[in-house]
Amino acid sequence: MKTTIRVLTAAAVAAVAFASVASAATLDDVKARGVLSCGVNTGLPGFSQANDQNQWVGLDVDMCRAVAAAVFGDASKVKYVPLTAKERFTALQSGEIDLLARNTTWTMTRDTQLGLNFAGVNYYDGQGFLVNKSLGVKSAMELNGASVCIQAGTTTELNLADYFRQHHMKYSPITFDTSDQTIAGFQSGRCDVLTSDRSQLYALRIKLADPSSAEVLPEVISKEPLGPVVRQGDDQWFNIAKWSLSAMINAEELGVTSANVDEMKSSTNPSVKRLLGVDGDFGKGMGIGNDWAYNIIKQVGNYSESFERNVGMSSPLKIERGLNALWNQGGILYAPPIR
Amino acid sequence: MTERDERRLASSKPAPWNDPKTRAVVFQALTVVVVGYVFYVIFQNTLYNMERRGISTGFGFLHNQAGFGVLMSLIPYNETDTYGRTFFVGLLNTLLVSGLGIVFATVVGFLVGVARLSSNWLIAKVAMVYIETLRNIPLLLQIFFWYYVVLQALPSARQSMSLGKSLFLNIRGLYLPAPVLNDGAGYIIFTAVVAVIAAVIIAIWANRHQEKTGNRIKVLWLNLSLVVVAPTLVYFIMGRPVSLDYPTLQGFNFQGGMRMIPELMALLWALSFYTAAFIAEIVRSGILAVGHGQTEAARSLGLRSGQTLRLIIIPQALRVIVPPLTSQYLNLAKNSSLATAIGYPDLVSVFMGTTLNQTGQAVEIVGMTMAVYLTISLSISGFMNWYNKRVALVER
Repeated sequence: MKTTIRVLTAAAVAAVAFASVASAATLDDVKARGVLSCGVNTGLPGFSQANDQNQWVGLDVDMCRAVAAAVFGDASKVKYVPLTAKERFTALQSGEIDLLARNTTWTMTRDTQLGLNFAGVNYYDGQGFLVNKSLGVKSAMELNGASVCIQAGTTTELNLADYFRQHHMKYSPITFDTSDQTIAGFQSGRCDVLTSDRSQLYALRIKLADPSSAEVLPEVISKEPLGPVVRQGDDQWFNIAKWSLSAMINAEELGVTSANVDEMKSSTNPSVKRLLGVDGDFGKGMGIGNDWAYNIIKQVGNYSESFERNVGMSSPLKIERGLNALWNQGGILYAPPIR
Repeated sequence: MTERDERRLASSKPAPWNDPKTRAVVFQALTVVVVGYVFYVIFQNTLYNMERRGISTGFGFLHNQAGFGVLMSLIPYNETDTYGRTFFVGLLNTLLVSGLGIVFATVVGFLVGVARLSSNWLIAKVAMVYIETLRNIPLLLQIFFWYYVVLQALPSARQSMSLGKSLFLNIRGLYLPAPVLNDGAGYIIFTAVVAVIAAVIIAIWANRHQEKTGNRIKVLWLNLSLVVVAPTLVYFIMGRPVSLDYPTLQGFNFQGGMRMIPELMALLWALSFYTAAFIAEIVRSGILAVGHGQTEAARSLGLRSGQTLRLIIIPQALRVIVPPLTSQYLNLAKNSSLATAIGYPDLVSVFMGTTLNQTGQAVEIVGMTMAVYLTISLSISGFMNWYNKRVALVER
């Protein structure tokens, strides 16, 4: 009898537990929890890495902070969940995280079949190859027969196969779980080449004992638009993520920085007024405060500030803006207007 | 007690709600219904939630092109094959490492277990140190040790260690010459198979003969020469149709020959040596479980100590050894999933890793993977139970 009661109770608990997973309003959940749960890379310099004060920093981390600033008015209210490439989508689908900001390539399969929505692009990237200078290889076309270290569960694996097949070359893939294991495999000589998004190659190269011993080959073999991801089916939350990113890009275009955002509040430019919540009710449509973009810019900065601080010239990575410059400055970064 | 009383007692069945038998049946049926309902609810809820979130379901993805490469496969595989095939690639790699691991672990485990009881102080202590060390270090660390410490200390492809012009060892693996079968090689394989079958028949016949008459006919040398000489003869008669494909350094790596990748070596060693430590303890306890009187009796019959161990002790010890040994085999097969930590392309790494990520079909793929490990485990356990019945004490 006791057993039966126990089983019945368990059944009731299970039924309730599984039924409650279905709730959709992420914003309410996040507000109730008081902290944004954000999935980031386990450790990729420039994008998401814990620094020596044990704080997460990076371009992707700034995306988490921007959304937290928009929702709570406080960019520090983020719980970072380090995820490998293999774990990331399941973590988002199952509701373990609210936002995935982990150098994730926007592809059609992921957008249409995994129940995910890409909220924009915060870094335009392409796949490349890192080789040891001692091999004397100058082009990816000389890589026939090479052993290649890759990280499991990435678009990289597919692009690599396509590229080698297209050029009638052979390779043997050695697939690791994390980027740290991948670079360890490369460093030990287990593979000749490491392939990944070029931003990652620069980031991993500075992890080598002697970064100057390796070089990135000139070929870019794919398009890799990286951006923040949310679950499908919650438009309000999707909007918050999308417009948090857009606000940072628009702020750069309008010349609003974390330093001048307070004086810009009295600007006469109507676009700036709308961005900073002086005019209009733009936060209301998303269920958050009208000062949402002000908080992002004040606490996180505009896109350019974030870029320069984390991956640009004032960081160890020294990546040029390139494609990631604004549309009116030779790049393709283009955010829809706030109006 | 009168006859009437007895009849009254027999007929005085309690009311159904007080009958323990009825109650047991009812409650068990109720439990089955409730558990079944819980699983039904979980299943329906999962499907509903997945559909609502736009996650596609079903096994159709298995027919799609995989598009990624795999380091090692026992069946032909390339990037244009399907996800269904990646499943088999991973499955076979898992079976390979588990199968080899079970064989090595058993051999090493038995040797160490017997050595642990050796009367030679040094041998016994070495075996003890081996057991206590390996048994108490987490397996994952041992895998990392073999892969990152031992194997990665090997030289690069261009400075590889070599034995003659045929055997090379470097960080990319162990390269061996591969046999190439030319015309007529089929006859050699055929002869070898026939010779082995014949040897087995002869051995069985010799055993029967001994059981009937008590005379032992020595067939070991006859059998060995049969198995070795016959195929060799055919090899020369057919004009030596087997040639060797030697590995040669071309470009980045060695081409040709056979290769054993370091990921497989590291995983195999770690799994075998780790499990062998447990098996050694099981063997030791099994041997100790056989009464000392058995040894004394065997000695008094004039058997030597090797014979005592082989003919008297081990067969009886097996009755104690086999059931816990089964658990160790199961552990080894399941632990092989740690392969993913060092990039050995086993089922978890290839199918539940890359394939899951490219397709996003988490529920289906995890389900399939779980079913595979369940099947492997149940097969091992079924086989070992059958074997256990054979070696179990038959009481007459």
